[in-house]
Amino acid sequence: MEIVKTEKLTFEYIRRDENDNVEGITTAVDNVSLSVKPGEFIAILGHNGSGKSTLAKTINAILHPTEGTVWVDGMDTMDESNLWNIRNTAGMVFQNPDNQIIGQVVEEDVGFGPENMGVPSEEIWKRVEESLKMVGMYDYRKASPNRLSGGQKQRVSIAGVLAMRPKCIVLDEPTAMLDPIGRREVINAVHELNIKEGITVILITHYMDEIVNADRVFVMDSGHIEMEGTPREIFSRVDELKELRLSVPQVTEVAYELRKKGLSLPFGILTIDELVESLNKCR
Amino acid sequence: MGTLIFLVSLFITKNYIGYIPALIFLAAVVKISKVPFKFIVKGMKAIVFLLSLSVLCNLFLTPGEPLVSFWKLSISREGIKTAVFMAIRLTFLIIGSSIMTLTTTPNQLTDGLEKGLGFMKVIKVPVHEIAMMMSIALRFIPILTEETDKIMKAQMARGADFESGNIIKKIKSLIPLLVPLFISAFRRANDLAMAMEARGYRGGDGRTKMKPLKYHGNDAVAYIILLLYLAVIIALRVLIK
Repeated sequence: MEIVKTEKLTFEYIRRDENDNVEGITTAVDNVSLSVKPGEFIAILGHNGSGKSTLAKTINAILHPTEGTVWVDGMDTMDESNLWNIRNTAGMVFQNPDNQIIGQVVEEDVGFGPENMGVPSEEIWKRVEESLKMVGMYDYRKASPNRLSGGQKQRVSIAGVLAMRPKCIVLDEPTAMLDPIGRREVINAVHELNIKEGITVILITHYMDEIVNADRVFVMDSGHIEMEGTPREIFSRVDELKELRLSVPQVTEVAYELRKKGLSLPFGILTIDELVESLNKCR
Repeated sequence: MGTLIFLVSLFITKNYIGYIPALIFLAAVVKISKVPFKFIVKGMKAIVFLLSLSVLCNLFLTPGEPLVSFWKLSISREGIKTAVFMAIRLTFLIIGSSIMTLTTTPNQLTDGLEKGLGFMKVIKVPVHEIAMMMSIALRFIPILTEETDKIMKAQMARGADFESGNIIKKIKSLIPLLVPLFISAFRRANDLAMAMEARGYRGGDGRTKMKPLKYHGNDAVAYIILLLYLAVIIALRVLIK
């Protein structure tokens, strides 16, 4: 069974003036149907305003679809009685690490989720320890979040979600406010969770190099899903991506341009090693 | 809670004799808390100005028979009395409260508050929510300070002047600082609320605690001592007029 499934999902932001009259409607997500299998690493790509964050929020039942349905692990997000179960199943990590850390000590913040779920104290301690170890932040458990770097803060946020033992994690541009080192830390931690713990990951981003290792990629533009496929398939369509105002990883672009100039390189080269190998074959 | 009672007790006392039990009590607390004395002295330094100001005010402005007088100022016997009295009171206040902040983490503080005021739930006071608000406020103080600094620098870079002029001008120049600060604070609050909800926060009911606040035998003893102390203070106030 799919862990996350949406059918004809539509979400509209309705702007109202002071007298509650409808001023305008912005359709953020338009007729999206997708399904995610347990254990998959999904990347959702799109530039600003493409509706990817809205899509993420509907999965966590923070926003309710205007039309269509979202199922999380078989539960309909429109059903109020499922609300807390859905939030425990599909954890969510947001963009700004400062605005989602609640505790004043790292371990207290990680414990916040399980506290809300009503988990007994000893069990919380166990979970906190486990989750912090999973993201490699166990040594900082007594630290104040204010003293951590952006990447570390974001890993603490991920641990906070992990402590709720979700089956699926939705990360809404977790690296947008981080420096390159922080980005790598976070992405590595997420991949490790996906591989070692088998947690389904839905990563929303606009950095191309973060999706190279994803199982499947969805490209969104103005609320629609424009492309779907493996990273290799997506990246072989360089021109289409550029039309959607997205860039491809440097290596892929170099390979693409070389191919255009007549070198017999394969489509969708993703890593430097691949390119070197293919170039060697060309000679 | 104990600190609060101690502070109140200081205001109850009206004469020097009342300070003797207070001094004993404070000394005992300092000893038990194992806070190095240096720390407390350091905390005192910050209020030396305030302390001397209040002493001076009391010294010169208390009416009574003048002992020494020059120009329009005069020092009276009563003035000296109240000045010394105020100095002791302030010192005790500061030491008492700094001991609390030095020994208690903000979280223990809010937890204690939540538990100590738990009885108010009966009359529908949202104790849990208040405690939660306090701990979030404490968490966001450094973040908002940083933000203020950032906005200030951004505006200074565009020619805003925060330093010159008289007080009124200075205060006026803070207005363009407050507007963006409030906007960003609201945005943060919105984000935080969403993040809390995403992690399943739904108020105090059905919540467990990672670090439950447990009262041990020691705490009971502490409460008894506190009550005894309070009784002594009140007795002294009533008996010695």
